[in-house]
Amino acid sequence: MPRSLLFTEALAEAIGEILAEDPRVTLFGASFVGAGPNRSLMAQIQTRYADRIVWPPIAELAYCGIAIGAAMAGMRPLVDLSTATFSYEAIPQIVNEAAIAYANSAGQTTVPVVFHMLYGLRGGGAAQHSGSPQGWYWNAPGLQVAMPGSPADVKGLLRWACLKSRSPVVFMCHQQLFSVRGPVPDGAYDIPFGAADVKRPGADVTIVACGVQVPRALQAADELAKHEGLDCEVVDPRTLQPLDLPTILASVRKTGRVVVTDESHDLCGVAAGLAALIADAGFDDLRAPIKRVTTLHVPVPYARRLEDAISPSVARIIEAARAVVGYGLAAERATRNA
Amino acid sequence: MLRIRRLEEAVVRLAEDPARPIRGHVHVYIGQEAAGTGACAALDARDYVFTTHRNHGHVLARGGEPGRILAEILGRVDGYSHGRAGGFHVAAPHLGILHTSAIVGGSIPLAAGAAFASSKMGTRQVALVFFGDGAMEEGVFSETLNIAQLWHLPVVFFMENNSVSPEERSGRGSPTSQHSASALSDVPRAYGLTTKVVDGNDVDRVFAASCEAIDQARVGSGPIFIESRTSRWPGTYGSSPTLEQSGETEISWAWAPAAAPEGVRRWVKQSDPVLLQCRRLLQAGTADRDGLLAMDNDVRAEMSQAVQFALASPEPAPSSLAELTLAPALT
Repeated sequence: MPRSLLFTEALAEAIGEILAEDPRVTLFGASFVGAGPNRSLMAQIQTRYADRIVWPPIAELAYCGIAIGAAMAGMRPLVDLSTATFSYEAIPQIVNEAAIAYANSAGQTTVPVVFHMLYGLRGGGAAQHSGSPQGWYWNAPGLQVAMPGSPADVKGLLRWACLKSRSPVVFMCHQQLFSVRGPVPDGAYDIPFGAADVKRPGADVTIVACGVQVPRALQAADELAKHEGLDCEVVDPRTLQPLDLPTILASVRKTGRVVVTDESHDLCGVAAGLAALIADAGFDDLRAPIKRVTTLHVPVPYARRLEDAISPSVARIIEAARAVVGYGLAAERATRNA
Repeated sequence: MLRIRRLEEAVVRLAEDPARPIRGHVHVYIGQEAAGTGACAALDARDYVFTTHRNHGHVLARGGEPGRILAEILGRVDGYSHGRAGGFHVAAPHLGILHTSAIVGGSIPLAAGAAFASSKMGTRQVALVFFGDGAMEEGVFSETLNIAQLWHLPVVFFMENNSVSPEERSGRGSPTSQHSASALSDVPRAYGLTTKVVDGNDVDRVFAASCEAIDQARVGSGPIFIESRTSRWPGTYGSSPTLEQSGETEISWAWAPAAAPEGVRRWVKQSDPVLLQCRRLLQAGTADRDGLLAMDNDVRAEMSQAVQFALASPEPAPSSLAELTLAPALT
């Protein structure tokens, strides 16, 4: 029977189960849910599994490299990078070593390492603590990218990443998801990568939403249904690599109208990549141009009003959904009147 | 050592071949044979070795097959990575070589990671990582030494100093390291590592220092830093190695160095680790001139066969490309 858990509770529960199930899992850092009021969730794990946790110095490049080398030699490290921008210090190891080793060894060396990080606009993070590098990592062949958007998904996806995957994983959570509550199945369960989830069925517009955009898209869909009678389908890819394109395209075939939303910046971001794939394979099903709702392409500002103005908010998702529905109506009217 | 020398001469010949059977550029180990040979001889078969873009000698010293090494350098299916990696990124897990970074300093934390796994899993394997003096300019070197020492990891940092001396530096294309420390070995000492400096042209000294370091690492006394000093082979002063000045090494130069071409004569007399070892064997009466020449004939024949094997190996089919992006997951 599903329970109702916070995102953070589901995440901590997954980490506890993973450590209990596989002795090869070692944690590099063990904060995961941040240094704020949520940290008590990790306290029990930190005590119980003290010998399975190392606390490296502030040297992201070396400790990510050490985790990668340990994975090559048979361990399953789970690395807590904290804020995603800290992973930029380790990109030479994550992108240039972990990602390539399997192909470069012709499949002889596997790298089962998981890099957990908190991406995006946390609220007041300013330019260096608000980064959304999911597009960069998606662009690096050999890496898997997971973006859970619900408590049930973070647990199942993290379990699969740490216990079943044999390739490196960039596991991206969002601090704004921490307070999201949702149903979580009892007991242990894995969610294999590469399976999108239709979070809300609908007939009029497809909203493809990643990570923190999932609850925002669901809220937008509720408001559009309530006030404007629009029936939106929310599709959550859950993982970008591997990507479940068929589930996304099936939804597009049904609705013909698409909004893609993610918190990475606009140019070459995740929404841009998804929009290109949909346009390429689903062009004949589209009845309007694909709209993207992303973070404005500016360095992230600090002031609340400025941060709000660049955010891919619920209001902007609603506006985009209206735009794809409205597309062509003016032209149709003009044709009728002619 | 002689096998490495002849392998590398074959590599340079292939690289200089106008038909360009090697697509990329190559980095050879000529002049450093004593370091890789001495260090690898001191390791157990189960130990890990991490190397660099200059890896051919290390792979051979670990027991790699010259034909397969050359096939990888040529991008052929019989290479250790089926042509996927090239000479830059050798991986041969059965030799303890899990992955090779061709980025300066890139392998250093990976070796510490393998040592971390050994220490956590209690397998008593040591990880030895070769790198050049230039890698000490990279931030990852300092970060890794700090962690390795804090965590007492069983890792041997084996720095091959192949810097060109100041008087040889002017007008030469290939850069040498720039470091503010007056002695490079002061840097690991500052982190508290046991540090040894050895004559990298002397295989016996390298072997002895490596045995001591590896034993210390294996019993859990923490990481060790070795600086192995070599003198750069004049054929690699420029950005691409060449046999133009030196030709192939003649074993007879061990007792008749004046016969060596002028461009390498001084190096042959003072520094060449292969010829130094030949002279030592002759002096000790362990080998005679005819014996050395006969051994050289065998090695030349082996490398000639390896070249034929590699050139005969087919190129990989593009249909293999999709297979290796992600490893199949456990079920």
